[in-house]
Amino acid sequence: MSDSKDKQNSSADLVRVSGVRFAFGTRPVYDDLSLSVERGKVTAIMGPSGCGKSTLLNFVGGRLKPDAGSVMVDSVEVPGLGRRGLYQLRKRMGMMFQRSALLTDMNVFDNIAFPIRQNTDLPEPLIRHMVLFKLEMVGLRGARDLMPAELSGGMARRVALARAIALDPMLVMYDEPFTGLDPISMGVIVKLIREVNDALGMTSVVVTHDVKEGCSIADYVYLLAHGTVIGQGTPEELNTSQSPEVRQFMGGLPDGPVGYHYPADEFVSDLFTGA
Amino acid sequence: MDWVRQLGRWALENMQRWGRSGLFLLSTLAASVLVLRRFELVVQQVFAVGVLTLIIILVSGLFVGMVLGLQGYYTLVDFGAESSLGLVVALSLTRELGPVLTALLFAGRAGSALTAEIGLMKATDQLAAMEMMAVDPVRRVIAPRFLAGFVSMPLLAALFTAVGVWGGNLVGVGLLGVDSGVYWSAMRDGVDVYEDVLNGVIKSLVFGFMVTWIAVFEGYDAVPTSEGVSRATTRTVVNASLVVLALDFILTSLMFE
Ligand SMILES: Nc1ncnc2c1ncn2[C@@H]1O[C@H](COP(=O)(O)OP(=O)(O)OP(=O)(O)O)[C@@H](O)[C@H]1O
Ligand SMILES: [Mg+2]
Repeated sequence: MSDSKDKQNSSADLVRVSGVRFAFGTRPVYDDLSLSVERGKVTAIMGPSGCGKSTLLNFVGGRLKPDAGSVMVDSVEVPGLGRRGLYQLRKRMGMMFQRSALLTDMNVFDNIAFPIRQNTDLPEPLIRHMVLFKLEMVGLRGARDLMPAELSGGMARRVALARAIALDPMLVMYDEPFTGLDPISMGVIVKLIREVNDALGMTSVVVTHDVKEGCSIADYVYLLAHGTVIGQGTPEELNTSQSPEVRQFMGGLPDGPVGYHYPADEFVSDLFTGA
Repeated sequence: MDWVRQLGRWALENMQRWGRSGLFLLSTLAASVLVLRRFELVVQQVFAVGVLTLIIILVSGLFVGMVLGLQGYYTLVDFGAESSLGLVVALSLTRELGPVLTALLFAGRAGSALTAEIGLMKATDQLAAMEMMAVDPVRRVIAPRFLAGFVSMPLLAALFTAVGVWGGNLVGVGLLGVDSGVYWSAMRDGVDVYEDVLNGVIKSLVFGFMVTWIAVFEGYDAVPTSEGVSRATTRTVVNASLVVLALDFILTSLMFE
């Protein structure tokens, strides 16, 4: 592919996925997926809804195993890890879930303190410092005593972000951080992801189908569709790409080589079989 | 031929559920051993279960004891045997009604709440988030709740029985005029610590194990949608109740020959 950049130097890559094949039962999701995430950078993974972006994050987090291929994180083969190794690796990863996934039985402060308390023996005063520092970053230091049910969607996202970075992980993964947010909250999250990445020296993976926000935030972008990478490059490279598939997605055009429909029989024959 | 296929699928699905629940139990038991070191989690859950069930157990125990007092008295008085009223009430409660009714009430009140709580945690990705924070949800969420249910059941059954005996006394002695000393001494002479009390405790331990296992499994295995959670909650109450009644028959036939 003309717009792919040279990514041969493996030690510069924190995540390296190669030749991954995967199916949910009989429904194929990936047939040959390869991509890599460079250290210190924000990498966006974009693709139509249902193309398997969340599934990809689950490979990296070790919650799912691909049927074939390799998923390396920091030179460790994730699917081959035992339970202990996996939990060890997860201590160095943060993940922000699409639906925030805050623990509903504790307040904002305890939610952010949770991963620290569970995974370290740090004294409580130090934990307090770490939590307040993270809350300050997302602008919610004043909301520390609220319960998750008392937060708006945008605030919950920011708390989830603070929790994802609570342990200063090497890798943070954001699953659809922009959906369902008003433009202001969206701008705040965009800015936060960038700031957190640079200020704390992390590596970030942002999964989204939001082309504009994805491009504004990312150093490097992968476009996924029908089970594989259909385009990659910096946002500028993708915006000027000549590939019809890439242009369809970047321009948000409904018709083109990238299918929008879940696999199904021919529409007309479906209508007239009268099942 | 369609129903054959459906029957086959139903059978397969149920076999798989059995398999999953067995594996789940093994990992819960393994995690429970580890949780004993963080006992405050278990105490927290015992407290939560207690708050949920205490009132209903006490009130039900009182009424069941009062009914036993009435029915027992009217039956016994025909034979001139109303002096054994205390014994009849106490035996019915320690051997059968205490463990069984407590387990049924527990399934309806605490079991369904457990399933709903765990199912909702799953549906809102809280369990997945814990895994990603390197916290094992089976150890952090499931095992403390399982242990708490297991520990609480005999305590609740004992409370139920005690209140019931007192309720029987209220009716028998207070209302129907059985002599108070006779009521209590018949009980003291007739109830055997091993034969009756210990067997009752064993029953309630077994019921506690089964009901809590079903409740936490159904929550953990729920389809992660609001409909899935509501179905799982119903299944907990129905399955747990059936299991309690069936096991009660088996245990009774083994214990009291
Ligand atoms: N637990 C599951 N069982 C069966 N199929 C699943 C399951 N989870 C996802 N799928 C299927 O796998 C495909 C990829 O799902 P995934 O959640 O990874 O998509 P996604 O790219 O994250 O979509 P979105 O942008 O809408 O979140 C979907 O087509 C979905 O139908
Ligand atoms: Mg998704």
